[in-house]
Amino acid sequence: MIIPKLAFQNILGAGLRTWLNVIVLSFAYVAIIALNGIYGGMQEQAVQAQIEVEYGGGQFWQGQYDPYDPFSFQDAHGALPPQLQNWIEEGNATPVLIRQATIYPNGRLRTILLKGINPDQTVLNIPSHFLADEKDVTPALIGSRMAKSTGLELGDYVTVRWRDKNGTFDAQDVEIVQIMNTSVQTVDNNQIWVPLNDLQTMTQMEGEATIVVVDRNFQNREPIEGWTFQSLDVLLKDLMDMVKSKTIGGSIIYIVLLMLAILAIFDTQVLSIFKRRKEMGTLMALGMTRVKVIELFTVEGAVHGVLAVLVAVIYGTPLLVYLATQGFPLPASTDSYGFAIGEKLFPIYSAQLIFGTIILVMTVTTIVSYLPTRKISKLKPTDALKGKLT
Amino acid sequence: MNNSVIIKTKDLVKVYPMGQHDLVALDHVNLVFQKGEFAGVVGPSGSGKTTLLNIIGSLDTPSDGSAVVLDRNVETLSNKEAAKLRNQHIGFIFQTFNLFPVYSVFENVEFPLLLQRMSSAARKKAVYDSLEWVHLADRAKSKPAQLSGGQSQRVAIARAIVKKPEVVLADEPTANLDAENSHHIMKTMVQLNEELGTTFVFSTHDEKVMRYLRRKISLIDGKVAKDEVISKKRGKST
Ligand SMILES: Nc1ncnc2c1ncn2[C@@H]1O[C@H](COP(=O)(O)OP(=O)(O)OP(=O)(O)O)[C@@H](O)[C@H]1O
Ligand SMILES: [Mg+2]
Repeated sequence: MIIPKLAFQNILGAGLRTWLNVIVLSFAYVAIIALNGIYGGMQEQAVQAQIEVEYGGGQFWQGQYDPYDPFSFQDAHGALPPQLQNWIEEGNATPVLIRQATIYPNGRLRTILLKGINPDQTVLNIPSHFLADEKDVTPALIGSRMAKSTGLELGDYVTVRWRDKNGTFDAQDVEIVQIMNTSVQTVDNNQIWVPLNDLQTMTQMEGEATIVVVDRNFQNREPIEGWTFQSLDVLLKDLMDMVKSKTIGGSIIYIVLLMLAILAIFDTQVLSIFKRRKEMGTLMALGMTRVKVIELFTVEGAVHGVLAVLVAVIYGTPLLVYLATQGFPLPASTDSYGFAIGEKLFPIYSAQLIFGTIILVMTVTTIVSYLPTRKISKLKPTDALKGKLT
Repeated sequence: MNNSVIIKTKDLVKVYPMGQHDLVALDHVNLVFQKGEFAGVVGPSGSGKTTLLNIIGSLDTPSDGSAVVLDRNVETLSNKEAAKLRNQHIGFIFQTFNLFPVYSVFENVEFPLLLQRMSSAARKKAVYDSLEWVHLADRAKSKPAQLSGGQSQRVAIARAIVKKPEVVLADEPTANLDAENSHHIMKTMVQLNEELGTTFVFSTHDEKVMRYLRRKISLIDGKVAKDEVISKKRGKST
């Protein structure tokens, strides 16, 4: 059809003003894709890290266990049913016993979680093998955040006090044999990892566990009496919500950018419909219907969106590809986000993100281009030719 | 004889409501134009010349009476039908040229054809034929801003005739031109009228234009005051 051709010609003929609008609009494209790519990458990295070190392919929770209710921990332990026992022996799952305890680093009391894990497990990407050393003292593994906040160092001994199965307090020293560097705070903050056997003995809970983590590649998920299965979707929900809340903050940037671009285009449209009455009159005199004139002016505005895609491709592609391949180092403050990202962030741009952005911006551009053209529908050709407003 | 009538107005009235009393721009105008006429509507400012041309051109509708153009009653045409009539059968020439500034001369002339179904080869030929008529084929690639007023108006003429319309309506086509260009424009139109048989209706108060007219209709206060055939030989033979 001729309308798009004419629209392109008109808009390119308008010169500088067009390019200013197009450039601002292209910023909106690139910003939307870049920021969403960053959040997508952030989420992906956080999810991967969380799966690797904590969630595996999902978890079976002993019936009493409720991670949001510390009071539930005292009773949250149970003997492993034969089915889970089988999977554990096959290496498809690993049990974790979780107990509350207190430690006294530098003489100050601190409530922590003691987590017992098999030193030779491979389900979770936690350096549990450091706990395999046969020593007189129970070996303990902590994360770097925990080390920092408690001042504990490699080789330090720390006294741990806990309640056993019957509620009786007991205490013992453990030796810090490894400090692990992990981006996942939920296996780090306020917790000490010890060998499962040691913890079972200490608490008189032989053969028991609080949760059983299933391997990522293991598909079997039979329901098990007394244990509830927590799928990855459920486990990751909090994390997703947290990422989403960060995303909302970031989207303000591109919403503002988009608004600016849209305003500029709206303004251009209003102005051009005001200024180009005589042209509209001529178009009608030459045999264009009013509807076609409206279409032409709407498409003209929408062409900004098309040109902006081209411009955005020119400078956006190298920029976005560079970010995605090189990643970018995160400032230390991102650790306070509450989820694992790692030291470098690699944005992810899905086809859905890219096409979704293009469709969104085009739609918005077309709507704001159309709105001012409705004035044309009341325009009389004779008045238009005089350059008059109706 | 009736089949050579191309425009016919019957008790044509145009009234603009103006507060207390209405303004009568055309007052029972009865005119008949035959195919191939070269006629001018003259009269003082505000006498209704533009209004008449606009109604004949189906850009406007009468308040009363009728205007039949090429067997169509303009007052009954829908927007779409009126647009089609203008696009296929009526050429317009304006006082201010009204070229599209971002299109080249070629594209300006091509425009009416783009609204019709026509192959690009046929369009190209028609455009160059028209530009030949107005002696501007060599400026096909120029932009209107690069043309003089006279050249611009010649481009407008080419645009008006490119579709071979039955009627060309020219509202004060020379008002923005100097004497030399005015003569040039008028001669071009006389030639088109003679060789293509196109009917021309002008509005003007330019003496230079009147010298070329073969029929002069005087409007005063929206009424036809005089309608005379000028038997004088057209133009000067150069
Ligand atoms: N849209 C309109 N609204 C109200 N009055 C109008 C309108 N258009 C024209 N008129 C009036 O109708 C009358 C005839 O106007 P018209 O434009 O036809 O005159 P004209 O003969 O072409 O004048 P000129 O030689 O100055 O171009 C004038 O009095 C004018 O003020
Ligand atoms: Mg006039």
